Amino acid sequence: MRRSSPIRNIDWITVGLTMALIIFGWLNVYEASYTFDQTSILDFSYRSGKQFVWILSALVLGGVILLLDSRIFDFIAYFLYAALIVILLLTPFVAHDIKGSLSWISLGPVSLQPAEFAKCVTALALAKMMGSHDYRLRTWRDMVKPLLLMGAPMLIIMVMQKETGSAIILAAFLLMFYREGMTGYVLLTGVAAVVLFVTVIKFGTLVADIAIGAVLLAALVPRVVAFVRDKRQKRSRFARNRHPHVQIITFVILAAVAIGYSHACSFAFDHLPDHQRSRVEVLLGLKDDPQGAGYNVKQSLIAIGSGGLTGKGFLKGTQTKMHFVPEQATDFIFCTVGEEWGWLGSSGLLIVYLAFILRLIYLAERQRQRFALIYGYCVVSIFIAHLTINIGMVLGLLPVIGIPLPFISYGGSSIWGFTILLSIFLNLDAARLEKM
Amino acid sequence: MLNDQYYNRRFVISAIAVIIVVLFIIRLFFVQVVDDSAIEQADKMSLLRQTVYAPRGLIYDRNGELLVYNQPIYEITMSYREMGNTFDTAAFCYSLHISRETFEQRTAEIADRSKNPGFSRDVPQIFMTQLAAEDIAPLQESLDKFPGITIRKRTLRDYPYASAAQVLGSIGEVNKRDIEADNYYHSGDYSGREGIERTYERVLRGENGVEVLLRDNRGRIQGHYNNGLDDLPPVAGENLTLTLDIRLQMLAEELLQGKVGSVVAIEPATGEVLCMASNPTWDPKILVGRQRSVNYMQLLNDKTKPLMNRATQAQYSPGSTFKTLQALICLQEGAITTTKQYPCSGPGSTPIKCTHHHGSPVTLIGAIEQSCNPYFWCAYRDMLEKDGYGKNNEHFRHRYQLWCDDARSFGLGSRFDDSDISEQSTGKIPSPELYDRYYGKTGWRALTIRSNAIGQGEVLVTPLQLANLAATIANEGYYITPHLLRHDSMRTHIHQTVVEPRYFVPVKQGMTRVMTHGTGRHNALPDSIASAGKTGTVQNKGGRDHAIFIGFAPADNPQIAIAVVVENAGFGATWAAPIATLLEEQYLLGTVKRQDKKNQIASTVLNPNAKKFTH
Repeated sequence: MRRSSPIRNIDWITVGLTMALIIFGWLNVYEASYTFDQTSILDFSYRSGKQFVWILSALVLGGVILLLDSRIFDFIAYFLYAALIVILLLTPFVAHDIKGSLSWISLGPVSLQPAEFAKCVTALALAKMMGSHDYRLRTWRDMVKPLLLMGAPMLIIMVMQKETGSAIILAAFLLMFYREGMTGYVLLTGVAAVVLFVTVIKFGTLVADIAIGAVLLAALVPRVVAFVRDKRQKRSRFARNRHPHVQIITFVILAAVAIGYSHACSFAFDHLPDHQRSRVEVLLGLKDDPQGAGYNVKQSLIAIGSGGLTGKGFLKGTQTKMHFVPEQATDFIFCTVGEEWGWLGSSGLLIVYLAFILRLIYLAERQRQRFALIYGYCVVSIFIAHLTINIGMVLGLLPVIGIPLPFISYGGSSIWGFTILLSIFLNLDAARLEKM
Repeated sequence: MLNDQYYNRRFVISAIAVIIVVLFIIRLFFVQVVDDSAIEQADKMSLLRQTVYAPRGLIYDRNGELLVYNQPIYEITMSYREMGNTFDTAAFCYSLHISRETFEQRTAEIADRSKNPGFSRDVPQIFMTQLAAEDIAPLQESLDKFPGITIRKRTLRDYPYASAAQVLGSIGEVNKRDIEADNYYHSGDYSGREGIERTYERVLRGENGVEVLLRDNRGRIQGHYNNGLDDLPPVAGENLTLTLDIRLQMLAEELLQGKVGSVVAIEPATGEVLCMASNPTWDPKILVGRQRSVNYMQLLNDKTKPLMNRATQAQYSPGSTFKTLQALICLQEGAITTTKQYPCSGPGSTPIKCTHHHGSPVTLIGAIEQSCNPYFWCAYRDMLEKDGYGKNNEHFRHRYQLWCDDARSFGLGSRFDDSDISEQSTGKIPSPELYDRYYGKTGWRALTIRSNAIGQGEVLVTPLQLANLAATIANEGYYITPHLLRHDSMRTHIHQTVVEPRYFVPVKQGMTRVMTHGTGRHNALPDSIASAGKTGTVQNKGGRDHAIFIGFAPADNPQIAIAVVVENAGFGATWAAPIATLLEEQYLLGTVKRQDKKNQIASTVLNPNAKKFTH
């Protein structure tokens, strides 16, 4: 059965939420780059006008993708992936150096960032691999292939193109791995690693070691007590825990790893390049440096904070327009939202975003093919990661990692990349009821 | 996807998304709503509230001659942050014709917070001020080469006539006290310092406006905030028309050249001050611009005290001019009549000798004409002793109190509080309590205070009060508070004296005879205009006598009342009377016919230190 009506099966709720984000984003790009001689939001010599062109072309692109036969994505996933790797490898050789990053290639009047498309292509490849009938994520060995698929573009982007942000985003696929059966301990370990890192940097290795010891003791004491009691009462057969010594040894090993990790962090931190180290220090509140590394974050918080409850009003922001906030139309676009729309506006945007993400989770779960479900969760993971890192950075909660806020930030590659990423999923979702 | 063992993990992932968004919203609440310091910080960084100075009101004389106007000046401001490290100091200095040392000294001075507490790298600082258009022309042409430099236009005062300095006053930069007293002022503003400029400061200053300008991260001005909707345009100050006649004023100053003294002329019918001159004086231009403080210090430290407006602030014994008032009070209080005679023994009279030779006995009109001291002593004594002394001197003290009240009803002994003339002295009509303190309640008698009879005792008057006395006599019983603003509302301050109008007639007759037969007879007006007057020659401990004259003209229909004081000059008839009558002539005829007299007086230097300070 051919698809009867792709338009009718498209999830219009997602499309509506997306359009709301895009239009709101466009207004904010206009606000962020507004100058006094600019008269129209459609003035093509300004960013809002250019963004309008990007949005229109992205909509056409999305429409074309929606009309494609959904089976094509499964079919071309690996080819695309192979092409991506080649392009990523070649990019540094033809790229212009933009602020130390070798990720931009010029095609006539426009510049594109191939790394933006890595998310979508890697997601397709992962979906194809993990969605095949004979694949189940059960053991650590099952993780090797997907981790390689995910790791290859990450490594190329990070090492060769020096685009840390775009690379780190790919790690968001771990969230999809979790949905597919990866143990939650990986995510917990990730959180623990971050907490430990912050502890080490902020309070030193000694405090970290003591903390680890304390956690170890807290975990061990009840188990040792239970072990001794069980032995005495000879109830070991009925005890819940049949191998207490294995657990105890595991805990000790974990603690040793944690201590090793914290010392490694300390060592690595001391040997970081100065500007990166100071970024981290400023973020953790160890250093106050309003003119240096902390400048962006400080200005960003002033801009957002000056918006107050209801904001300064459309085009009335001062901080963003007067260039106090760096990258105000791209990575720091949320400052404009905060300044001109206030707490109500920025919270509103976040809630729309949340609704958008929850809707995508709902869509992913209603898929009948694993390919579509996995791809759906890849999309979910990417949006959660972008939102978290971008807003966290702007609010001074996370280090300054230059990644855009999807559909809101200015940028052609960005809006094209996210449109393609989302359109493919909407296409798969629209075709979910068809037979394979 | 159902039938999937990890189906429930969708909840974990959804929860992660929800928790992150909720955390962000909470964080935003603290950043945006709870903590409002960012609003202030943002304002400070991106908004520049720049004063737009209101043009100060212009000042005209009674005939519409412009006395004070505004000249544009320019000031150069620099914003340190915007200037950056690549500022072309050499070219900048060259365009302003200043040396590099001057530049460095000045920029260091500005940045020194101990001298300039309000310094900020973001706020434009005044580098040079009060520059003329030609000074800044080369810089203006190449302004775009110097980031952070702006040229601001302001106005300073300018004066077509080098005259009336004390009356007009000047404007100067506000000090800390002014700013604290009136929050309208900000550091660097100007306000009226003395004279009319100070009295009418609130009318003249208008209302400064504010431009709310947007400033980018490099300190560059990017236009008006909110499309200028938050700007406040300045409101120009109101123009004032003064009662002064600048021609009369200039003549008065010319006649006072080389002398220390003052002149006040009043239009009796309106109380309008026609001229008010005080010498030594200065060209008002010298208290404008960059030389202001130097010149001001010179005026302040000069031993002739030019800053004192002698017309309103100097206090003198009135001398014989006081006899006019004495006559009025004695008539009113029934001590004398026009026919009453007192004998005079000339220089041999006691207790006060007469300085003139005339027939004896004399009546009131003759006594005024001849300025007979014994007559006024007798009249004064009879006025005070009319009820005897009483057991405890109470009848005498009561009569003296009456005399004080009568004198005070002429505006003597206190400031004209309802006047717009600033910097007045009170003068002095000694109260009975004053003599009580000296002599005890019963210890003083008419003889004790006999000097008051001829204006030589404890009585002190200002030239303004003397001119007002002349005007009151001209009006036959009332005066309108002397004032400087030509406005109907100023003419409503009518003060009736306690002396009945009919008693003024003989006094006026006497004063007219002074000008025809008495001490003023050499100063008759041309065109047979009758004038009235009274001379005074005031002894003082410090040196030569002060020459004093009060008068009005024409005698039958007074248009101008005048008082002249020339310090340490000698006879009132010789120095004060000519000045007064020349001014009357100028005012009544529009020109001076007695040119020889004018030139003679104007060219006489009595005090070589009394000069006009000019550039």
